[in-house]
Order: sequence, then structure tokens, then C-alpha cells
Amino acid sequence: MELPEDRGRISESLFEVLRTYDPDVDLSGLEHEAFKVLDSEDILHSEDIQIVLFVLYELHYRGFDGIDARWEWNPPLLGLRAKIEEQFEARLRQIAGDPSFSLGSAQDTARQLFALASADDGPSVSTYISRHATVEQAREFLMHKSIYQLKEADPHSWAIPRLTGRGKSALMEIQFDEYGAGRPGAMHSELFETTMRGLGLDSEFGAYIESLPAITLASVNMMSFFGLHRRLRGSIAGHLAIYEMTSSIPNARYARGFRRLGFDSPVTDYFDEHVEADAVHEQIAGRDLAGGLIEQDPSIAEAVFFGAQAACAIDALVGAHQLEAWGRGRSSLRQPKVKVEA
Amino acid sequence: MSAEGAQIVVCPQGPLILRGDFEILDAEGEAVPTSRETVALCRCGSSAIKPFCDGTHKLKKFEMPRD
Ligand SMILES: [Fe+2]
Ligand SMILES: [Fe+2]
Repeated sequence: MELPEDRGRISESLFEVLRTYDPDVDLSGLEHEAFKVLDSEDILHSEDIQIVLFVLYELHYRGFDGIDARWEWNPPLLGLRAKIEEQFEARLRQIAGDPSFSLGSAQDTARQLFALASADDGPSVSTYISRHATVEQAREFLMHKSIYQLKEADPHSWAIPRLTGRGKSALMEIQFDEYGAGRPGAMHSELFETTMRGLGLDSEFGAYIESLPAITLASVNMMSFFGLHRRLRGSIAGHLAIYEMTSSIPNARYARGFRRLGFDSPVTDYFDEHVEADAVHEQIAGRDLAGGLIEQDPSIAEAVFFGAQAACAIDALVGAHQLEAWGRGRSSLRQPKVKVEA
Repeated sequence: MSAEGAQIVVCPQGPLILRGDFEILDAEGEAVPTSRETVALCRCGSSAIKPFCDGTHKLKKFEMPRD
């Protein structure tokens, strides 16, 4: 994808720097500026900082057209990211609350995670999509989701070489399914492309980046943050467990909503597939992945439940943002003007 | 998992997870198509995609006779 537009003075300076590779770039001034921005803005809602984080993480996935690939491991850039991450983590720990769990068997872990996933029973985007959403709102919903779903499963794959034993086998079993079990065209990200195209949307990764508000970016930045830090391998596992446990039932609602709006297979395939797949994945992720990791090393439980609780908290914020906008008859996108060819 | 055959995991308050070498047949002996190698079979009776689980047991507070 192209480097996105800047959203403030930090992203403006940084994106300018990225256009010409400089191994010895001095970013100390920018770091200082970023701290000033964060003195007055909530990092979860800071457009400037979240687009910066998104770009810094994306260098580890697929990079940007015309941007030197060596930036991925440039020490000053990694230093800047680490400083921002300190603040991001502190804020995530705040919204997640102290990890709350009791140590036990893998089944005990699964039971606690299922309880956490079902505790959130506020108004849901899935119910709204199922009953009320217009086609335009359904498109917005897909745009928000696209920044993760078009690289679905990738952030969790960073954890694979960092795990061993039962937890690793469990993660592989889930990821194999996410990536289409080796069948070309069947990756979940590819099913999502079909859904997007069915609604007249561009299915290129990042096509709608300019329309996505900070909180949507924060939800995917959180996954990259957990995934890229071995220290937080438990957190990306806990995130996956919650993600899978809050998927089958909402996806059945999305499928109903899109059918209500007149769409059917192959547009609805993504949702239908997830009803069946995630009823399997949630069992494996809770018991064998998260539970298996904790059984193997109880000291990882804190990280697992931090990731799980942060996943619930961020998901609630992302959902609230969309529902609030739609409730007021407004667009939930950053820039309401998005060209769509229906 | 054992080297051969199939394995069934009994999930408390949840489905049966089935992995390995298996075939699912309906009452007429016809194969039930599935695209995945590990499946979850509904045990609460409320799934809309039986014989597979769709997570509905979580809404029904389904209790099993014994875990
Ligand atoms: Fe998936
Ligand atoms: Fe899944």
C-alpha cells in the first residue's frame, strides 16, 4: 500500500523522514514532540499517534510502496516505536484493568476466558447489523474490519516460533484453518475480499486507511504490539482466545444482516464460514492454546489475561464508536466522504 | 493425540471436538460435507448448523448431565 496521509505534526515529520532512507536519522526531537502530544491526548484516540504506530508496525508486515525496507530494523525508528509503545501499553493496562484469574488446569483457564467473553453484554454492533444497518452502514462496518480482516490471523502468527508444546500445536491448528487449510483462495482474508467486492468496495489492503478513526487503528495496533513482543506472547494468545470466543454468534448475526440487505453467497461466505470455524477455534484457543500455555508455565497467566481483558476493552470502544455515530445518523468513518461504486 | 484414528474431546458445557481420521454420515448414510479437518459437533441441540456447533450453547446456559 501507499504510505498514508499524515494526521498531525508527528506523522507529518515522520512520514517525511521515511521517504529517504537514513540509517543514522536523529528522531530525538520527534520523540519529545510525541510525548507532548500524548500529554494532552488519549493515545487510543490520538489520530496522529495511532497512524504513526500503524505505519511503524506495517513495516514488519508488507511495508509501503517506495519506502525503503531497511527502515524495519532501523535502530532510531525502533527506539521511537518503543517509547510510544510504553505509553500505549500503560493505557491498555488501564482500560483492561488488573488481570483477574485463578491458576488451574487448562479447562479452568478456558472456563474463565469464556466467562470473560460473555460478560460483555452491552449493545452490540452485530445486533445492529443484523436488524437495523443500512447498506451504507454495512459498507462502513466492512471498512473498519478490513484493516485487520485483510490480513486476518497475521498478528497472531508472530507468536508461532515463540511457543512450544501443546500451545503451539493449538495455535497451528487454528492458523492452518485461518489460512484456508492450504487451499488457494480459501484464506479467511480472501473470503473477506469477496465480501468487500460484493458491496462495491475496494479489497486492496489499506484502501480505506484514511477513513479509519484512531480507535479502529488502535485495535489492530494492539494486536501487532502483542504479536511482535515475545514478552507478550501470552497476551496475543489471550487476545486470540477472546477474539474466537466472541465470533460465532456475532458472525451469524452479520450473515443475517447482510441477507436482510439482499446479499447472499459468496458475499456472506465469510460470515457463514466463521460461525462454524470459530465454534471450533474458541474451544482450541481457550483450552489448548491459552490453557496449555498456562499449564506449561503458570507465570504466563498474567500476560494471557492482560491480553484477553484488553481485547474485550478495545472491542467495546470500537463498537461504541460505531454505534454512537450510527445512532446519531452520522458516519462512523473519519472522513464521511468515501467514494463507493455500488 | 494418538498416532492413528480419531480423537474426540468432550468440552464441558460445549461441543465435541472431533479431529483425526473420521467420516460423518447422516441418517441415510450420506456423508455430511465439511471443509475442515477438525470439527465441533453440537451437543446442546440448539445449533442452527447441526450436526456442527455454532456457539449457541453459550446463550442457552446448556448444562450437561456430567462433565
Ligand atoms: Fe478467521
Ligand atoms: Fe477463527
